[in-house]
Formats: sequence, C-alpha cells, structure tokens
Amino acid sequence: MAGTVKDEILHDHNHDGIDRRGFLKCMAWAGTGALCVMSGGVLKSYSLSRLPGLSPKEAMGELSFVQISDSHMGFNKPANPDVAGTLKAAVDKINALSAAPEFMLHTGDISHLSKPEEFDTVDQILKSAKPKDVFYVPGEHDVLNDDGKQFLERYGKGSKGGGWYSFDKKGAHFIGLVNVMNLKAGGLGTLGHEQLEWLEDDVKQLKHSTPIVVFAHIPLWSVYPEWGWGTEDSAQALAYLKKFGSVTVLNGHIHQIMQKVEGNVTFHTAASTAFPQPQPGKADSPGPMKVPAEQLKSVLGITDVNYVQGQHALAVVDSTLA
Amino acid sequence: MRKSVSIAVLTMALVLGMGTIAVSQRNFLAGAQQKAETTEVKIDNFSFGPGTVTVPVGTTVTWTNRDDIPHTVVSTDGAFKSKVLDTDEKFSFTFSKAGTFPYFCSIHPKMTGKVIVQ
Repeated sequence: MAGTVKDEILHDHNHDGIDRRGFLKCMAWAGTGALCVMSGGVLKSYSLSRLPGLSPKEAMGELSFVQISDSHMGFNKPANPDVAGTLKAAVDKINALSAAPEFMLHTGDISHLSKPEEFDTVDQILKSAKPKDVFYVPGEHDVLNDDGKQFLERYGKGSKGGGWYSFDKKGAHFIGLVNVMNLKAGGLGTLGHEQLEWLEDDVKQLKHSTPIVVFAHIPLWSVYPEWGWGTEDSAQALAYLKKFGSVTVLNGHIHQIMQKVEGNVTFHTAASTAFPQPQPGKADSPGPMKVPAEQLKSVLGITDVNYVQGQHALAVVDSTLA
Repeated sequence: MRKSVSIAVLTMALVLGMGTIAVSQRNFLAGAQQKAETTEVKIDNFSFGPGTVTVPVGTTVTWTNRDDIPHTVVSTDGAFKSKVLDTDEKFSFTFSKAGTFPYFCSIHPKMTGKVIVQ
C-alpha cells in the first residue's frame, strides 16, 4: 500500500474494530495528505483532493484538536533559515481552520538546542494561536545537556516521572508519553519500566469503549530502525492498549506524514513546521532535506484531528503550509 | 602494557626520526612526552568517521560535528561525555589509560563508535 494515493480507500476488517490478525498499511507520504475516518471496523481514507466533497458530518466531530511538531526553533541551516516564519505560518493555518480546535498538542523538538530563548520564541508565537491550551511532550532536542530539567520546569507541571501524563476531554482519554530520555547506545527511543508501569495503571479502570489518543515524540511503531525511527519497548505499551476499540497514536520526529493502521490502532506521524527529512532509506542519513525555497511550505504542515463521540470515529487531516 | 608502549614509542621514533635524525634518543623521549598525539574523528551524515580509531596512550581525540544537526559524544561506560555539539563545534578528550572505549551519540543512539587505546 505504501505510496498508494487513491481518492478513496475502504478497509473492512473484523467488523468489530479490534482486528487481531489483520495487518493493514495505509501510508500517506509527505505532500499527499489524507483524511482517515475510523468507525467500528471500517477505516475510510480520503486524499485531501476529496475534502471539498465531504459533508461536514464526515469531516468534523465533537472534539477537534490540532497537532504540531518539530518546530526546531533555533535551527538556521539552508533547509530552512526561517523556522520562526514557518511556525507563524502554521499558526495562521490553525487559526484559519473552519472548526476551531479546542487545544493543541506539540509532539516535541520545540527547540533545536534546548536554549531558553528558543523555547521563549515558540511560546511567544503560539500565543497568537486561537487554541490557548497546548499539551507538550519533549523531543530529544528539548532535553539536551540537562536531562530534561528545563523542559519539565516549563511544560511538565502536573506530569509524572520524566514528564508523562494523561487527561480526559469529552470522553476521550489522552496520554502523553516520553520516549527521548536515557537512550542507550545502538538503541531506539525508550519508554522505560517506570513509565510502562504508570501506563498500565493509568488505563486499567477505563472502559474498553473509551477512545484513546497517545502522543509521543519518536514513533511508537517501527518506521525505520536503521535511522532510530522506532521505540524499543513500544510493544509493551501497545499491549496495555489492546483492549480498547479505538486507539490513535500521534508522533513526530521523522518530519514527514506517515500512517499505518494495525488492528484497532492508527499510527500517524505529523509533518514538521521547520524542515523536511528524507523518506526512510532514501538518503545517506536522516538529516534535514533541502528543497527549493518555493516548495518548502508544501512539505511542512499541521495535523487536525476530529473525534465524533459515540461513533468511534476519529478523523486525522494533514494540511501543508503551502 | 610495557610492550605496547614500546611499540608506540618505536612507531613515533620511526615517524619523527625521518625528519630529526640528529636528535638523541634521550631528547627524543622527552619530546614525545611533551608533544602528545592527536587524532581527528569527523561526524558526517549521522556517523562517526572513522568509526574505530586505535591510538597510543596519551592521545587526544577531537570530534568535529559537520552535520546540520547537533550531536553528542558520550562514552558508554561514563569515561567521557561532551556537551551538545552544534554544527562545526568540537569536543576533545585525552586518553591517559589503555583500553577500549565504546561511545555513542546520546541524541541519535544508532550512531556508535570506538576508541582503542594501546
């Protein structure tokens, strides 16, 4: 399925939303964009070109929030010499959405070098966004030199351990996880024993029908381990979420839009607001990808998520900044 | 240990000896202690090059980050640890003991390297 872009793709697996054997892949590469609506065991994907034809009921829900990622404030190399400008463009995009999002998720790499002034600049730019609440998880660039102390002081109020936490919005349960701390030589992202224990406990009392939204910086699925694009112990975390009918996992880190559906879990990575990175294995390294200046905004973006209560439906829409 | 040191001294003697034949051995040994060896490791495309360097005791290894993305140089067993290195920034460490020192980038842990000190 990778790279397939059709106007409409219909997957129907076990009819119960909890497909144990089925293994489905639906990938939307940078620049294509997709809207995915999950309802029961059926996942419908539309390319962005179909959006104008969708009814508001199909495209919107009762809870709307937006994900931004990888602002990398402080980055100033040729791949994007103006990351403040593109973050402002992302805010403009958010403010122009027809259904105003209630809050924002930032899935990490807020800063490029963990400098106080980098965080300050992002905070200042995000103040002009209509949604006032922002929920953060750190990227590896946010916890440099101080094991995340500054990040926790700024954004970690009320969080546990290394910064993980959960909250509820309109019947959906949101879980922010941290997988960029204590990384081991040769390894991938890591959640760690303490956080996994907390997660098991956090979801124990929830009804199986509760929609779950997990957000973390490094993908919680194995995108490309050769470049470190995965999390060592994510399988354990996902095992605790198996009982739920609707699980949406939102990540950043890889600076491109990618999606995979596996049973009842939809994995989604957001575009960066700063610079693109190459597709897995398509370059010597995952370093910043230089595209012609006039194309830059078409490979940066935001992700708008809509949830329809009672229907297990969750729609993920990626928009570029172009 | 003694053997490896004498090999290192001999190697230096051969290298330096070409240009300074007239230097007496006594003076040469004093000079070797003052003028330490240096070795460069470049960070390019999310990898350390060369990935393994073998150096005599007393060598200073200098890492230079030539990527557009910051990296670190962190010893797996805690022997040394750089601050984050932005583009073109350097980190140096002098190896005063023999041994094998594996290290990695704590931001991108897939990046690993090794210093073998003899």
